Amino acid sequence: MKKISKSPWLLHYDASSCNGCDIEVLDCLTPKYDIERFGIINTGDPFQADILLITGGVNSQTEPVVKQLYHQMPNPKVVVAVGICACTGGVFKECYNIRGGIDTVIPVDVYVPGCAARPEAIIDGVVKALAVLDEKRAAMKQSGG
Amino acid sequence: MKVGFVLAYLVLAPIVGGLLDGVDRIVSARMQRRKGPSILQPFYDLGKLFSKEPIAVNNVQLLLNLSYLVILMIAGSLLFAGADLLMTLFILSTADMFLIMAASSDSSPYANMGASREMIQMMAYEPLTLLVAVGFYLTTGSFHVENIIQAPVSAVFWMPGLLVGFMFTAAIKFRKSPFDLSTSHHAHQEMVKGITTEMSGTTLAIMNIAEYYEMILLLGIFCLFFINSNPWSWLVAIIICAVIFFMEILWDNVSARLKWKTVLYGCWVVTLVAGGINILILMLIQ
Repeated sequence: MKKISKSPWLLHYDASSCNGCDIEVLDCLTPKYDIERFGIINTGDPFQADILLITGGVNSQTEPVVKQLYHQMPNPKVVVAVGICACTGGVFKECYNIRGGIDTVIPVDVYVPGCAARPEAIIDGVVKALAVLDEKRAAMKQSGG
Repeated sequence: MKVGFVLAYLVLAPIVGGLLDGVDRIVSARMQRRKGPSILQPFYDLGKLFSKEPIAVNNVQLLLNLSYLVILMIAGSLLFAGADLLMTLFILSTADMFLIMAASSDSSPYANMGASREMIQMMAYEPLTLLVAVGFYLTTGSFHVENIIQAPVSAVFWMPGLLVGFMFTAAIKFRKSPFDLSTSHHAHQEMVKGITTEMSGTTLAIMNIAEYYEMILLLGIFCLFFINSNPWSWLVAIIICAVIFFMEILWDNVSARLKWKTVLYGCWVVTLVAGGINILILMLIQ
């Protein structure tokens, strides 16, 4: 019951995505995929979120936002980069305004490639992130948190 | 006996409230043709929230939320001890004021907007809540819960209009659509999470537990409409409460959020028509 992975609340942010991956993220909430069966809530509030799910590569405008969202989330927290742009920058990698993948700005725990990433892949990625979340919680407990 | 009821309320209310919340989420999911989470999900959520790192924009928020919880526990205990119904309702409003202060104590515009909407909601439901207390007085001759439940016939036969009105306004208290202006159980809202925007971890968990106490308190008031001197009426009251709770979930799922003006005027019209006429008839015949 103490396991944090039984109730992961998710914060979704579009760093510079073309909305392809965003639609697929929202697909996960639909009756066919229903991620709420894992106890996942797609919350809009970083203060209450455990998983930060980012689509699209980071550009100069979204960099401070991504950093702020990450720092507003209480520990333990994990970051999932959804889509190839969020993983590496994708086809936009060479653009003058793109920093690259999310990991150029904040630490990323799980990478979900794809263009657009399929809902099944996103759910797999989030479930993988849950294991990381439990590890982080255990580490936090050991250090007296 | 009284002490037993109060202790049972204090111990069981968060458990029963949490289970009802779990049922709510499963039933809502089934209405949307989804599977939904486990029935114990609210308890997993609470366990998670307590294990998170404490982050507070303003430290007083935790204290104010604790006051909200404790004052709600007092209000509920008064009801289940058979004390004055009016006092219960007044203390209930006081508890809500602490939640509003907790939300106003930080700088987030969303939390502040949630707080002002919560005040509008109080304005919307408060007149009818008081009329319900007056209705019980006119029907049974007493504001005391222990006398109300000893009446020879159930109060609902004399105050059906007030019951309908109370069902209407209870949706505000349960934070159900179309009245979930200030904050919502559903994840996304036009102003992030309203009053709970800057609450996280323990602070949010305490607010959730307080909501469970409030839920049981409200269902207790619903029971007052049906309980009479016959012991079997308790069973009837609990069954009807379950039906009312199901109807609130149904209403939550089939309606969209209204604007604050519609909520305010809608509640006042229902108060005036359903509550006012009921009280008028009661005053003429009793």
